[in-house]
Amino acid sequence: MREWTLVLAVPALIAALAAVACAGPAPATTTTAKPQTLTIYSGRAESLVAPIIDQFSKATGVKVQVRYGGTSELAATILEEGQNSPADIFYAQDPAGLGAVSTRFATLSNDIVSGVKPQFRAADGKWVGISGRARVVVYNTQKLSEANLPADIWDFTDPKWKGRLGWAPTNGSFQAMVTAMQALWGDGKTRDWLTAMKANNPKVYSNNTGIVTAVGNGEIDAGFVNHYYLFSFLQEKGEAFPARNYHLRGGGPGATILVSGAGILETSKNKEVAARFLSFMLSPVAQQYFAGKTYEYPVIDGVGTHRVLKPLAEINAPQVSMAQMADLKKTLDLLRVTGVTP
Amino acid sequence: MEVAVARSQALSDVAGRTRGGSRHSRPPASLWLPAALVAVAVAIPLVYLLLRAFGAGGEIWDLLLRRRTLEILGRTVALAGTVTTLCALITLPLAWLIVRTDMPLRRTCRVLSALPLVIPSYVAGLVVVAALGPRGALQQLLAPLGVERLPEIYGFPGATLTVTMVAFPYMLLTLMASMRGLDPCLEEASRSMGCSPWRTFWRVVFPQLRPALAAGGLLVALYSLRDFGAVSLLKYETFTWAIYLQYQTSFDRVLAAALAVIPVLIAVIFLVVEMRTRGRSRYHRATGTARPSALVRLGQWKLLALSFCSLVILLSVALPVAVLGYWLGKGFSNAEPLRLAWSTVANSGYASALAAAVAAVAAIPVAILSVRHSSKPSVLLERATYVGFALPGIVIALALVFFAANYAPVVYQTLGLLVVAYVILFLPQAVGSAESSLRQVNPHIEDAARSLGSSPTKVIRTITVPLLRPGIVAGAALVFLTAMKELPATLILGPIGFKTLATSAWSAASEGLFASAALPALLLLLVSSAPMAFLTLSQRKGEGL
Repeated sequence: MREWTLVLAVPALIAALAAVACAGPAPATTTTAKPQTLTIYSGRAESLVAPIIDQFSKATGVKVQVRYGGTSELAATILEEGQNSPADIFYAQDPAGLGAVSTRFATLSNDIVSGVKPQFRAADGKWVGISGRARVVVYNTQKLSEANLPADIWDFTDPKWKGRLGWAPTNGSFQAMVTAMQALWGDGKTRDWLTAMKANNPKVYSNNTGIVTAVGNGEIDAGFVNHYYLFSFLQEKGEAFPARNYHLRGGGPGATILVSGAGILETSKNKEVAARFLSFMLSPVAQQYFAGKTYEYPVIDGVGTHRVLKPLAEINAPQVSMAQMADLKKTLDLLRVTGVTP
Repeated sequence: MEVAVARSQALSDVAGRTRGGSRHSRPPASLWLPAALVAVAVAIPLVYLLLRAFGAGGEIWDLLLRRRTLEILGRTVALAGTVTTLCALITLPLAWLIVRTDMPLRRTCRVLSALPLVIPSYVAGLVVVAALGPRGALQQLLAPLGVERLPEIYGFPGATLTVTMVAFPYMLLTLMASMRGLDPCLEEASRSMGCSPWRTFWRVVFPQLRPALAAGGLLVALYSLRDFGAVSLLKYETFTWAIYLQYQTSFDRVLAAALAVIPVLIAVIFLVVEMRTRGRSRYHRATGTARPSALVRLGQWKLLALSFCSLVILLSVALPVAVLGYWLGKGFSNAEPLRLAWSTVANSGYASALAAAVAAVAAIPVAILSVRHSSKPSVLLERATYVGFALPGIVIALALVFFAANYAPVVYQTLGLLVVAYVILFLPQAVGSAESSLRQVNPHIEDAARSLGSSPTKVIRTITVPLLRPGIVAGAALVFLTAMKELPATLILGPIGFKTLATSAWSAASEGLFASAALPALLLLLVSSAPMAFLTLSQRKGEGL
């Protein structure tokens, strides 16, 4: 008889613990009973987007729950969740993250996206850009000045740059830049650039933050990054931080403009609220927030850029559509063939 | 006095019989039913991997047979091997000094040297780069001496250093527990028969430490297969990084799963090797009770011994704390807004405590089955619990996402499921600890209870589990400490909006906000060191940590 008490006790204990766990002090999970809630999976960091999301909540009374994580992990999560995804919106750091789940997105209505410049959204209306960032060269001001820096990204293949550069070939934004390069230069010249760059032995970093850190402490002289990372360093370390951005004079792929963006999941039960959220993010209020607080470029007309930034109109940016940059297949193959990525 | 020398011939026949457990070797349902539950849990990630990997079709072979894959294999095995060897070289003297000698400050050393366990490896990686990078803090210190640049830390040296730094406590803790359980009679007998101290160590002490060394080495080796933070920050491409890159660069779940099959196979090899190393020896006393060993007097060596311990602690604890403190101070002086909700501390502690409790309970049937009812299925189950420990957290997390979202949506993204993920990830720490406790218990005690008419279940409840307590408590503590710093599963599987100290530190660090990352990271250390100190200092002889 005693035997059975233990037989039941152990699983019962596990079940009890699990039950306690579920009923614990954790915030309640999404319920369909309250339609005015919104669940967002955000690949963008909390410190950057939480304030504006809060503002949406306050303005509309909609309760917003956000899962923060890496763009790629969240994309994989959405794909694994399938039909049962609790997410209403996927807010990604780069076009490739959006492209990866675009089959799961519902088509956005024209009202939402029409204000956004066409090059900053998907042609099929599956997702829309929310903020823009420029690809730049970040350089150490103690070693270089803009005058020493070449006009075009091609010129970094010169052997004089050997061992002085940093790049992050596994980073989504870098890959989007290579995609733009393929569109502008063709596969042949892009391959030549990658091969020649590789011969210059650039230091490999896993992300933009790593490159800016390394440029700041003089580990490398310059690196290819998105423009806005520098500003959180300047904020933290002060104006003395010896790194600045350089927008390539000659334009070309090295001066590509990218976007972060979002789409509404096809499986969402709150599509209407989700649409309101996207409209809000594309409103002047939210666009002003990104321009002022995160040092990003607005994607709609009529909102000015931060005074420390070079205005979009003055950047010699190439004409490449975001939709082209959402499909990385060809880029990944090229990066792998040239041995730039594993 | 009757002395049970390890592998003593005279007792080997008894050992042979008792090793397989009791004479009533059919395990009661009270053991195998909960064990079956555990088996289902540990099978989830494996089933998921196979499902996904088979989805790859022919492409899987292209991927697996690429030269690149072989290079990654070489690098992964090199890292695991070097880290494990280094850990053994550090922890053998360290554990001996702390447990068996009169070294000053050894209680402090005991607490501090286990602390690196709670430092998230990406924090350790950031710290190593900040301190020892080509233009890091050390270079700045040496700059007046004309040192322009330090040798490259990236790649193998940096990754080895960082992983060793965060993983050596696994081995240290098992070794210290084992050294405390050593019977001084054996050494005294050996010395009285004229063996030199050195010879006594190699012939008598070392063989008894072998299982602990193997068990600790296994955890270290499996951990270095799984580590992501350190290898990615120090740019050393192992399988975990390669798997992550598949997710990150091509958003390809199928090829990522195919790649993840290889570390599983490596883990299987490690598991078999460890089992062979442990051998068929018996490590419990035949009769009598053990008494504490006399402390070795170090005399003039005291200072040298203390310097060695200090160096280890300096590198693995003081350095990270100093760098984190520096970042935090910098943030304060720049008047940065450093906000951290207390709920993150509570969340970390609560989820980790639940994971520790569930893992401790789940470890009991697995440990008893594998030690007392050794059979193919029970050994297979025990070994299978280790596989989760070798897999990248993202793989375990996505496996649970897939099964829970599609087949058990009620539990999806609940704290309960997160706890299950922690248990799958960290169960072997509890199992290993419970097992080594059980191996030091003479099965004759249980046999005696049986022969007096108790049911197998009553014996387990009244004899085995109470005797196992030290091991179970120590195992639960280990699970608690490692769950505190867990990141990928927490991000993906936690209830939405569920922030822990580890996720807060990560989220700030990923934006380059080092001051904001330092605050939760330091709190993580502080919060974890309290239970650590309590556990390491309050124990009685032979108990756990």
